[in-house]
Parts: sequence; structure tokens; C-alpha cells
Amino acid sequence: MPFRALLLASVGLALLAAPASAQLLTVDHPGQYTQEDIGRGGLFYNANCFQCHGRDGDQISGIDLRRGLFRRSQSDEDLAQTITRGTPGGMPAFKLDPAELTAIVAFIRAGFDTSASVKVGDAAKGRAIFQGNGECMMCHRVAGKGPRSAPDLSDIGIARAPAVLERAIREPTAALLPINRPVRIVMRDGKTVRGRRLNEDTHTVQLIDEKERLVSVVKKDVRSMDVAKESAMPAYAGKLTDSEIADLVAYLMTLRRQ
Amino acid sequence: MKRRFVYFVIVAAIVTSVLSDRTLAQVTSDRLLRASEEPQNWITYSGGYAGLRHSQLTQITPANVKNLELKWILPNQVFGAWQSSPIVVDGMMYITQRPNDVLAVDAKTGRVFWQYRYVVSPDARVCCGANNRGVAILGDVLYMGTLDGHLVAIDRTSGRSLWDVPVGDPKLGYSITMAPLIVKDKVLVGSGGGEYGIRGFIAAFDAKTGKELWRFYTIPGPGEKGHDTWSDDSWKSGGASVWVTPSYDPALNLTYWGVGNPGPDFNPDQRPGDNLYSDSVVALDPDTGALKWHFQFSPHDPYDYDSVQVGVLADLNWKGTPTKAILWGNRNGFFYVLDRTNGKFLSAMPFVKVNWASGIDEKGRPIPTPQPAGQPTWPGVQGGTNWYSPSYSPRTGLFYLSAWDGYASVFKPETSQYVPGRNFLGGGAIPFAETAGAPGVRVGRATPINNWTDAAGNGAVIAIDPLTGQKKWTFKQFDVTDSGNLTTATDLLFTGGREGYFYALDARTGAELWKASLGGQIANGPMTYAVDGKQYVAVISGNSLITFALRD
Repeated sequence: MPFRALLLASVGLALLAAPASAQLLTVDHPGQYTQEDIGRGGLFYNANCFQCHGRDGDQISGIDLRRGLFRRSQSDEDLAQTITRGTPGGMPAFKLDPAELTAIVAFIRAGFDTSASVKVGDAAKGRAIFQGNGECMMCHRVAGKGPRSAPDLSDIGIARAPAVLERAIREPTAALLPINRPVRIVMRDGKTVRGRRLNEDTHTVQLIDEKERLVSVVKKDVRSMDVAKESAMPAYAGKLTDSEIADLVAYLMTLRRQ
Repeated sequence: MKRRFVYFVIVAAIVTSVLSDRTLAQVTSDRLLRASEEPQNWITYSGGYAGLRHSQLTQITPANVKNLELKWILPNQVFGAWQSSPIVVDGMMYITQRPNDVLAVDAKTGRVFWQYRYVVSPDARVCCGANNRGVAILGDVLYMGTLDGHLVAIDRTSGRSLWDVPVGDPKLGYSITMAPLIVKDKVLVGSGGGEYGIRGFIAAFDAKTGKELWRFYTIPGPGEKGHDTWSDDSWKSGGASVWVTPSYDPALNLTYWGVGNPGPDFNPDQRPGDNLYSDSVVALDPDTGALKWHFQFSPHDPYDYDSVQVGVLADLNWKGTPTKAILWGNRNGFFYVLDRTNGKFLSAMPFVKVNWASGIDEKGRPIPTPQPAGQPTWPGVQGGTNWYSPSYSPRTGLFYLSAWDGYASVFKPETSQYVPGRNFLGGGAIPFAETAGAPGVRVGRATPINNWTDAAGNGAVIAIDPLTGQKKWTFKQFDVTDSGNLTTATDLLFTGGREGYFYALDARTGAELWKASLGGQIANGPMTYAVDGKQYVAVISGNSLITFALRD
């Protein structure tokens, strides 16, 4: 109990201290980041942060910078403060000027996406396509609705940058992670298991089968395993117009279950 | 009656163990020299000066290894890869945990006698996590390097510090992560910081007082031989760090140090020349720090191919001539045999897919084949192997190492400005994957999901015949492996990997004899010891130090 009280007290102190650092950043309208800042932030990230946080920002347990999962920070100012002060026994303090700090925060908030070329359309129209003629809900699940055989997209807006989503829609096979390839396994007893691979090691394979069951297979019980290189999802390049794809990307970016 | 007898035995055992704790014999330098004569102990980082990670214990055999059972687990409350290698002396284990704690553990039960906590300065900067690889022992004193560049001496009975001396400035990126090497009355350490533009060095300290006795810079200064392998001021921030415990030949009185990458890591245009003694082995006289010879594996390196492996000392019959050799499975993907008396190159063979060089010439120099911009280079930035301890068995005559095969990176050099205390990388390396955008093999595994596959590379333990450079066998793993390797006099090989399986293999054939699914990444060197006539094998998986022994 005393420990908890102490913890609360120190959190209180941290909150009190926050306003004092309000000049850390060059912009005072969080959420608005210029393409230039995002790009410069990427360079700073690679020079200063990448060694510990990793290329995808998820190398430190409990932190996923790209997806906005932090241990301490909520606001942009919080982020800037953590960067400039460091954390006790953990991250070192970085002495950066306000423009550099702004750029790094922008890069983190933009989900590490420095590409300016992706067209993002109208989310409401995209939703209609998703639920209607795009037939996405035949396989995908969003917010508890739809099947589980294809990946659940409820938080895809934080998990993937627009450019990646666009490519996944146009050419699903090119965007398919090798680990998620469809597999067909014939067991020694003749039973067949089909599904989407989730994880694999030397002795076992984990997958979700066609009946949406999580199945773990021991390789010594396997007669044959085929891993398809083609995605089970149809390619939408040519099926949907460029502006329909842009709308779909816009809708997917709104899926940020949290 | 029977019960009373059992009681008596237990009480007697407790009394004996208390007594034996009180009568711990000092670890003299003579005992360190003859470590192989007390195989129940594991008193240096690699289990002996020759760097073999090979034990003379024989209780666990290929026939009974299937009867190994869990004896105890020591959990670590600190997250991150646990790279430490325990030492065991007369039933007591000493192990470090992040960032710079030391634990004294009853090697039989896993229970802790004391915990020493070193408070690391907030000035410490390390590239790759708060790693420490263990302690050294001399007399009744333990020695540990720290993340903020200090060397501390700790009383092994009380767990209190005896002295603490600064070795390198942490604000400039100097840190010590290796287990120190004791030679005679000296403690030898090297400095890490190869990603911060340090000027690497190796230094010796008086074990009694901590007084510095000599210092050898791994980058020659003005007027010193080899200085002309750097241009302008590039030598001042050229890296060449040292972060793995060297081997030592007492008869030749030479220590063999693997030296890390030149800096900036990925942009060699900023440091024209061979960049000695980066990516080299340097043979130093431990009394004076004088350089006896050097051999550079990867001159002018753009790929971060540190040579921080343990060089293994083996006496070979090389083409009919008895030869004192040093065996080196290098991060650059080649396995080398050198004459350890003079550094003469004897042979080199690739052990994984390599395309950065087409081969090694007769003098031991690589024939570079730089890949076009944007194209993958094999092996990738983490190398064909890395600091993971190899093993050599004088019985099988084979050298065993953990390898990353078929693994590549795309290197992107950029100009970096040296700013004291900041990363000095000169660009970066992007994990290469067969499908654009798919994850390639990365530095560590962050989650239990392995989201790269064999499409990006695979791990393996490879047994190499040093006389031919040929692979005798390969034990493939799906994910890559950061595990060290241990062999025993019963021809067992213990190894692990990122998947968290701990294996006993037949050291002659590579056949899997036993495995345990421990769950967490194995990123240290397994070791073995005996207490009260029982042989134990210890390994770290994830956040747990786990020991096995035969069923009672």
C-alpha cells in the first residue's frame, strides 16, 4: 500500500511537471504533421532510435511506437518529454532541438509512413464497398462481425500504413506475409488440415483452420505439408477503380479498435 | 527406525554443506590454469582458457540423456535477452543479470545467497540492450564490467563491492559487457561501444587494487604501426570494440582477442584503408599488453562483421605437422584456421551462403564482391554467426557453431557526422525478405510469434572438421539461433535457439537425442558442472536460468 501511494505521488509529480515543457515542440496543434517533418523524423529515428526500438518500433517489450502503444506517453508533449528526459534505468535522454523533436514525434504519430503517394479517399464510401460489392466481409471480420478465416481487420488502421493497405488490396499475394500463407497438411493418419499459418518452429506448426479452430500440429505426425504462395484473397487491381480502392483504404484507416 | 536414519542423513548433509561453504578454497591463478582437472567446476567464461566450452564430465551420456529432468529454475525479473554465462565454483554459481546485478546461487537448488546491485549511471549508452555476459573469479573476488564503463571487484562471500574503477567514459559510449579474463594477478577487459564512434581498447588492472597496468588501443595512434590504415582523423572514432572474453594460451603466454567492427559501421568511404585492428584477432602479451601478431578477417568492412567470436585453441595435425592452431567461425561467414604462434593463415571455408566475397586468397585476405545498391548481401548484418560461443571437442576433433544460413540484409551506406555520445552508424541495414515488405530476420524476437520464416533464413548448428573446413553435419532449426554450444567428454552437444528448445545432440552425428521445450529465447552458452557427484546442465531460456540433471 505505501508503495502504491508513492507510485501515485510520483505520477502526480510527473503530471505537474508536464506544463513546464510545453515549448518542447515547434507546433502546438498535435495531430497535424507535415510530410517534410515525417520524412525528417524518419532520418532522425534511424540515427537515434532504431538501435533499441527496432525498425518497426516494437523491439522493446510493452512498446509499439508505430501502433501508438507507449508505456508512459499519451500526448505529443509526453512523447517529447520522454525523448528529452529519458526514463529511469531505461532510455537515455536525447538532446534534440525543437525542430528535430517535432520531426521525430511526427514520424512516430504517422505510423512510420513517409510515403506521400498513396491516395486516401472517402471513408464512408469505402465502408459501403467493404460491406457491399467488395465482398470483403465474406472472409474478413471487423468489430466482432464476419468470419475469422481471413485476418481480423478491427485494428488494421493502426497496424498498417496506407501504402501497405493499398498494395494488399491491389495485389494480395505480393503483400502476404510468408508466415500467413495458406497451408494444407496431410497427417500420417490421413486426416487433412487446411488453414492459415500463424506460427511455426522446428517441431510444430500453429494455424487457424477452415472451421476457425486454432490447431497446433506436431511435425512428426505430418505426412506432407504444402505451403501455397498465392493468397486466398482475390486481387482487386482492375476489379475496383482507383478511386474505389482509395475509399477502401480510407475506411480501413478508420479501423482502430482500442 | 528407517525414518530416523533418513533424518540423520539429511541433517548430516546440511551440516556438511554448511561446512563446505565455510571452507571454500580460493580460486588461485594456478587453479585457473588447470581448470580441466576440476571438471565439477566451470571457473571461466568458456570453461577453460582454451575457449573450448567442453567438459570432462561423463555422468550424462547419449544413452541416459533422455532421463534428464528439471531440477530448478532461477527467474530473472528484468526483461530482454539474458546473455550471461554462469560460472560455478565448489557448488556455488555466480550469474549476472541486467543491467549489472550479480547473484550468488546454490548450484544444487537454485536458491540465492546474495544479490549485488550496481547502479548504472544514466550516462550509459549501449547499442543493443543492457547486456552483461558474466563475471570472472580470482582468489575470493569476483570481477564485473559495467554498462557505464566501470570495473568492479566484489567479495564473493558477502556480495559487497571491494573497489570500483572507471575504465571508459560512458558519455562517449564506452561500456563493458564481456566477462573479464583473469591472467595471473591481472584482470583484463575490453570496451564495447562500436556503434558510438569510440576508439576501442583492451586494458589490464591489478586484481588487488584495480590500478590500471597497461592499455592497448585496438586502433593504432599516430606513429604506431598500422595507423596508416586509417585516413585523416577517422581513427579517433573508428570503433573496433571488444565485448567477448578472449582465449589464452599459457604456454605461449598470449591472449587472443576478437575485435569488433570499424565505425561508422556501414559507410567505409568515411574511413578509407584497411582500418586495423577492426574485425581482427590480436594476440597480446597479458603481462605488458604488447601486440605479438594480428590477423584481419574483414578489412575495410561495410557490413558490421565484428570478429567478436571466441577463438578456440586446438592442437591439430595440420598436413602432417603438429600445429598450435586457433579456430575461428567468423561473423563474415567463413571458418578460419590460423597458426596461433604467429597468426599465419592456414585455411578458410564458407559455412553459410556468402556473396560479399568470392573467396579468401592464399594470404587470408578476402576477395570482395560488393553487391549493387539495393541488392541483398549474404550473410546479413547479424552475420553467419555472431558472439555465440562455439565449442570444440578434442574427442571428435570437430568445431561446432551456431549459424544463420541463407540470411541476407540490404546495406544502405549514408554519411554520418561523428557527434560525441551519439550513434555513429553511417547508414543502416534492412532485413531482407523474399516478399517485399515481409519481415526479414531481425536482431531479436520481440514476441512468441515468429513472423519471418525460412523464406528469410534459418538457424543451424554446424559441425566443421577443421582439417578440411568441410561440414561434417548440420542440425537445422526453423528460426535462427543465438545460442552458444557445449560439448562433453561423452560426445554430447547441448545447444538451443530462439524457439526456446534446448537440445542434446550426438556430437559425432548431429542426431537429436533429447530436447526440452523451455519456451524463451536461448541467448547464452549452456554450461555443465557437478555438485555432490551429480552432473547438472544449466542454460538460460527467456527470463529463466534452468538446470537439468539425471532423474534421482
